[in-house]
Parts: sequence; C-alpha cells; structure tokens
Amino acid sequence: MNMHATSQRTLAEASFVEAFGERISELPGDAEVIVRRDEAIEMIKHGLPTRRVEAWHYTDLRRLLSTVSPFDSALVARQLEPVLSGSTVLPVLNGVAGGRMPEVDGVSFEQLSGKLADGSFARALGPRGGDDAIGALNTAFVADGWFIDVAPGTALEAPVELQNVQAGGQTHVRFAVRVGAGAKVTIVERQAGNGPSLATSVSNLTVGEGAEVRWLVVQDQPDDATLLTQFNAEVAKSARLGLFLMNEGGKLVRQEVRVKVAGEDSDFQLRGINLLAGSGHTDVTMVLDHAAPSTGSRELIRNVVTDKARGVFQGRINVHQVAQKTDAKMACNTLLLSDDADFSAKPELEIFADDVACGHGATVTDINADHLFYLKARGIDDKSARGLLVKAFLAEAIEQLEDEAVIDALEARLDAWFALHG
Amino acid sequence: MLEIRNLHARIASTGVEIIRGLDLTVQKGEVAAIMGPNGSGKSTLSYIIAGREDYEVTEGDILFDGQSILEMDPAERAAAGIFLAFQYPMEIPGVATMEFLKVAMNAQRKARGEEPLKVPEFLKRVKEAAGSLEMDMAMLKRPLNVGFSGGEKKRAEILQMKLLEPKLCVLDETDSGLDIDALKIVADGVNALRSPDRAIVVITHYQRLLDHIVPDTVHVLYRGQVIKSGDRTLAQELEANGYAGVIGEAA
Repeated sequence: MNMHATSQRTLAEASFVEAFGERISELPGDAEVIVRRDEAIEMIKHGLPTRRVEAWHYTDLRRLLSTVSPFDSALVARQLEPVLSGSTVLPVLNGVAGGRMPEVDGVSFEQLSGKLADGSFARALGPRGGDDAIGALNTAFVADGWFIDVAPGTALEAPVELQNVQAGGQTHVRFAVRVGAGAKVTIVERQAGNGPSLATSVSNLTVGEGAEVRWLVVQDQPDDATLLTQFNAEVAKSARLGLFLMNEGGKLVRQEVRVKVAGEDSDFQLRGINLLAGSGHTDVTMVLDHAAPSTGSRELIRNVVTDKARGVFQGRINVHQVAQKTDAKMACNTLLLSDDADFSAKPELEIFADDVACGHGATVTDINADHLFYLKARGIDDKSARGLLVKAFLAEAIEQLEDEAVIDALEARLDAWFALHG
Repeated sequence: MLEIRNLHARIASTGVEIIRGLDLTVQKGEVAAIMGPNGSGKSTLSYIIAGREDYEVTEGDILFDGQSILEMDPAERAAAGIFLAFQYPMEIPGVATMEFLKVAMNAQRKARGEEPLKVPEFLKRVKEAAGSLEMDMAMLKRPLNVGFSGGEKKRAEILQMKLLEPKLCVLDETDSGLDIDALKIVADGVNALRSPDRAIVVITHYQRLLDHIVPDTVHVLYRGQVIKSGDRTLAQELEANGYAGVIGEAA
C-alpha cells in the first residue's frame, strides 16, 4: 500500500472517508455491492497514490487533489446539445441518470442505479489493483450511470451520446456498454460541466466478435474542475475498436485507457488530441494488451500545450507471448507554445512474443519558424499563421477518423478552442 | 518603387555581416535582374526585403513606394504588395493548398479594407491561374507543397504570385531545379505579370532564365554590394566571361 496509513490524511482523503460514512446508507446496492464499496474505501483510507507509485509518477494525486467539492444533490446540471447531431442522448446530470428512456431497435438501455440496487452489477465493481485509485473511488461512491446492450448484428445509424454533465459538486458515474457480435455503433462519451466539481467516471466496454465500435471521448470541463476517468475495453475476435480522445480544459484530468485486444485478428486504434491551456494538469495513461495472435493497433496522440499547462502521456503496450504477428505502433507528438508549458511522455513496450512489429516515438517541438515565415510572407498575420500551423499539426489525428460528420464536429470544436486560446 | 539605400545587414544569431552597403533602385514597370556568384548575398537580400527575422538591418533603409518597410513584419509587407517567390518553397503538412490560398488572399484583402472573396469567385481565379501555368487542380487539393516536385513547387509559387497580384515581385533563383519546359512555363507566367505598375526583381545565378524573362536592368552583387549595373548585355557578358572580370574591375 502507499505508506500513508500512519501519516495524517489529506483534506481530500479525510473528506472522502467522511462522505462515505454519511452516504453509504443512501447509495444503491445489495449486500455484495456494499462489501465492494467497503473494500474500496479501505483503499482510500490508506491514502491516495503519490508519485512514488509508478502509475502515478507524473500525476501525484495525493498532492494535486488538494480540495474536494462536496456532494450537493440540489445543484442543477443542464443537458447539452450532442456533439454529433441526431445522436440518441443518455444524460447523467449532476450524477443522476435521467431523461426519457430512448427507444432504439436492437438496443436496450437501463439506468445503472437499478443494476446496483439489485446486485446484478456487483461483479463489475472494484478496483483492479492497489494503484487503481480511480476504480476505488468510483466503486465506493458510484450511484448511477447507464447500461447499454447492443444486440448482435445491430448496425446503429444514429450515434449514442453518454452525456455526463457536472454542476459543480461531486459525482461518481459508470457506463457499461456491451456490443454484440457483428454489431456496429458510434458512441460519444461527453464529459462536461460547470463550476469546481470533482467527478469520477468509469466506462466499461466489451466489443463482441466481428463488431465495430467507434468511441469518442469529448472532455471540456471548466478550469476549476477535477475529472478522473477510466475507459476499460475488451475486443473480441475480428472486432475493431476506434477510440478518439479530445481533452480541452480541467484543473486536474486523469484519463486512463485500458484496452485488451483479446481475440485473434482484432484491432484497436487510438487517436487523441489534448488542447491544454491555463494552469491545468491533464494526464492520459494508456495500458494496451495484445493478448491474441495477429492483432493490430495504432496510437497517435497530438498535444498542444500553452500558458502554464502541464500534460502527461503514459503509453504502455504489452505484447503477450501468445500474440505473435502483433503489429503495434505508438506516437506522441507535442507542440509547446509557451515557455512555461510542460509535457511528459513515457512510452513503454513490453514484448513477450518473438514475431512482432512494434514501435513507438515521441517528439516535443515548437512551431517551425520557416513554416511561420512562409505563411506570413503571404500576408497571413502572426496569430492566424500560428493557428493554421497548430491546426495542421492536429489535423492528422482527426482526419484519420474518416467520417465527415465526426471530422466537421471535432474541427468546429478546435476552431472554438483557438478563438479562445490561439 | 523599391529603393535600397546603403543597406547593411547581418545574421541575427551570429552577427556575421552579409549585406555591406548595398544600393539599388528599381522603378515601377522595371524588371531588374540581380546576379552574382554563390555566397554574394542574393538570397539574403530577398529574405531581408520580405522581412525575415533571422537578419538584422544595422544601417541604411529599404523604401517601398517611398515608405520605409523596416519596421513592418512579413505579413504587413506582403499586404502592402511585396511578394517573395522562394528558392525552396516550404512543405507544410496538414495545411491544404486551397485553404492556404484562400486564407492568404483574404488576409491581404482584409488588410487593404476589401471584402473577402466569395467562394465561386475564388475558385474561378484559382482555376484560371492554374490553367495558365498548366497545373492540375488535383495538385491543389494536397497539403501545401507536400510531395510536389521541384518544378511543381516553383509553379505553385508563381500561381500564388498571380493570385496575390503584388506590386513588387522578388523571385529568388526561380530557375533552379527546373527543366527547360517547366522553365518556359514559369517564365511565361512571370512575363504575363509584367505591367507598368509592377516591378519585378529576378535573382539568378545563370543567364539562362534571362533568355526567357528579359530584364531591363542587370545588377551584379558581390560580397553584399552591387558592384556593377547595366542593361541586359551585362548578363550576356557575364555568361561569356564569368564573374571574375567584373569582380576584378570593381576591386
């Protein structure tokens, strides 16, 4: 454990422990769920992870999580227009799932509070290990969310947007999505809000044999919000998962991505854009397991960091012994736009198979002065020229999504960000 | 139109002086050729006119339409009507050529207080200009200069020049890397821009380009100074005898 058992609890740790005592009787869950919640809070009692814990080396949670917003059920969060027009929206407003239950052929939706109350979701709860602070916090406090079951062979035309909107308090939410064999679906996970909130959000996805899932995480928290998320996915035989991450904002954001390409010939694609301004700290930590033969993956993360913002990307690819013919490539490229901006990249490969093609690369650069001069020599002013070059840098990560509606929606968000921070 | 007076300039990072008391006047409607051996400061001069910050002017002045441009940044100079056709045009991945052309044209229009071009009008102008340079429109859908051959890049420079309609064109070694057919197309493109209201400065190492773009005046640059000026026969003399004679005369 983290060796803080004897030292004094931080304000954050103390408030979690206190809140748990007050809330446990109201939280949904049968006996088994309660046992899991109790175990999880024990972990928090022993202390949040510090930089001495390897997975948290660049994000000292114990130090960075200085204050914790209190739970406040009176706060009102408002549903937002979806990122992709025409989406089926499943809102979670200030931690509570609601709205009209959508009707979509081949898909069933359930509020997670019900599945916690009857215990059917108990086995999915729990931290995965001693360093899984997000899993522990979420297990202790999770109150609601959505469960989505996509029947085999269903090809959903309209995207589904899981919309988690904060109102400034504290929420803990979970999304569980099961995509049946041969099904095809686009899901947007929206993490947004107002005010100085603290939220944990855990998404669990299983992609059935031959299924195709595109999952977009669009995170635009305000500058005083803390968001701790986890995306856990398992990809079955011949299935494909494309995950796109877009982070813009937040005081402290930790986004964990844990994917297992578990079936033969399955594929995982990760594209990520981090737009970091102000004085926030954003950490994307990915652990990818290639656990079957002939699997592929590509990870491309592009970061733009300005002001005093700080970013982290940890990317770890584990190639299991059985995973011969794995083809994996990871790249993390960063553009630093100010002297005080900071980015740490830690790519790792751990390979136990002998017939694989794996690679990784990381770069940190400034705007290319020759490119800038060329654009300015054509009459484009300094600010616009820089904007063009930054967008060009990010374009590659977006263009590979190969869906005009998605690309247009994301580029509109980029433009809006540049209007504020360019 | 362009008047350079006793210009001294150095590389900002090293302090090495490249331009050492250069005088040059180019009138409206004139095509001036600047020739000189490698390392004489030809490209540096073109960059300084365009406003590249890697160079520092320590003495003298550059007047454009009677106004000093030394305090203007490259974008302001471009909007005022100065255009540099680069010797080595930049490849800029991720910036679509058409988007770049539109942004550049509208930026200059905005600086002059004009309305942005409507899309159909913009497309019409690009198509016309590209056609006259025998450029394929498909090429313009690619990122700016990325994967273009040497000749295609030079054509793309002339295309930009046509579209931006500058008052002063500076062509830096536009002939380098061109085969004879491409050279002819590029030269025709430049000649089409000759006008009583426009000055063109052609920087070149060889006479070859000047067979196609016939200059009104020729200036020999050596060690950062113009050491000899004359008419087009000076270029032919240099072609026949090399630079040594002229340099010897000046020394």
